[in-house]
Amino acid sequence: MGIISSGFHGRRQAENPATPPGQYETGSFPVLTAGPAPDIPTEDWEFFITTGEGQRQTWSWEAFMALPQADIRTDIHCVTSWSKLGTSWRGVSLDTLFEDVQTTSEFTTAHSYGGYTTNLPLRDLLDGRSWVAWEFDGAPLERAHGGPARLLVPHLYFWKSAKWINGIELTQEDVPGFWESNGYHIHGDPWREERYS
Amino acid sequence: MSTLWRVADVVSGYPETETSRTIGLRVDGLMGNLPGQHIDIRLTAEDGYTAVRSYSVASAGRDEIMEITVDELANGEVSPYLVRDLAVGDQLEIRGPVGGWFVWRPTDTNPVQLIAGGSGIVPLMAMIRAHEASENTSPFRLLYSLKSPEAGFYREELLTLSEKSRKLTIDYVYTRKVPQGWPTAPKRLTAETLLANILPPDFYPETFICGQTIFVETVSEWLVQAGYPAASIKTERFGGTGGTR
Repeated sequence: MGIISSGFHGRRQAENPATPPGQYETGSFPVLTAGPAPDIPTEDWEFFITTGEGQRQTWSWEAFMALPQADIRTDIHCVTSWSKLGTSWRGVSLDTLFEDVQTTSEFTTAHSYGGYTTNLPLRDLLDGRSWVAWEFDGAPLERAHGGPARLLVPHLYFWKSAKWINGIELTQEDVPGFWESNGYHIHGDPWREERYS
Repeated sequence: MSTLWRVADVVSGYPETETSRTIGLRVDGLMGNLPGQHIDIRLTAEDGYTAVRSYSVASAGRDEIMEITVDELANGEVSPYLVRDLAVGDQLEIRGPVGGWFVWRPTDTNPVQLIAGGSGIVPLMAMIRAHEASENTSPFRLLYSLKSPEAGFYREELLTLSEKSRKLTIDYVYTRKVPQGWPTAPKRLTAETLLANILPPDFYPETFICGQTIFVETVSEWLVQAGYPAASIKTERFGGTGGTR
């Protein structure tokens, strides 16, 4: 136990096993980004996957929307200590997008419109663990929250769920992305409190 | 490593405004912080319950002491304790300083535009202090949006700097109450007022914006529309975490 502050009582929330260590529940959906939000009309939107072997696949918005869609109910955890439980999303599983991709790469860099990047091991993206989501709570994803579409990797801290997602680059090495180069953890598992580097 | 919790001694505490307080923390072996970084503070109640919140560092020294300025939120869990109850001589735990993005380094050569909404001045003040203490000659300009003159942090220091500093210009916007003799009535910040009080795009400023989410969103949107490259704008928000800071 740490230093006790006598006189500090805090505002306890009911213990919830769905909340990782050091997190507290919020009902709101805070917006946290490093700069202004880019504006990408769906006509201009494109999603790509590139491999180290020179393969490049792209989807237009129309082609993306024609893919099998999944409804996702999940908890999300921000490194700034808030967790939001039971959020509802709709989007395309990365398993669907990676169906025809052949690669020996084990790592990825997610690229966003506006230049943001974040790195993820490929295994964290597959097996029903991540999506490209375009709907939140039954409505198209707002621009401030990453619309038209964002990556959704809810089992990692939410900075890994790149807003304004543009594509996934497969890499041989684990290359630190934007926040990972600026003091944050290379992996970001909230259950292990992988917050800072 | 910055991820470890360390013990900090509270070495000073003085009121900044009616609802805020600047707290000095001494940490063994600390080598200061980069201007713009934050720390996490952990408070532990007698039964072991803990609460963690992030606070920007206001100071820019390279020693064992950091200062934070905490604004009390009416429904806050941690801030009322820090502003009202914490005493000099107490100890608490900190993690950090953290962050390598919303920071200014004395080796940066671009002109700098700082835009603060209310207590968003805190990390920008660290940049101003570091800039003043450095040999860096690039111009700094601060736009400080405030509800009223009484809500301002670091008032005397900023007044002195506005009179004496050759490399800092300060502009104020008052949204609810203006100082006596102020040329205009209080009004909401508009794009027009904003753009009239900051470095123009052809100065290629690096812009740092800090305040509540809505302030940061609105101001950064206006800047992009006015032709400031998005890549030159860095933002930091607070009050976004459910209002329970």
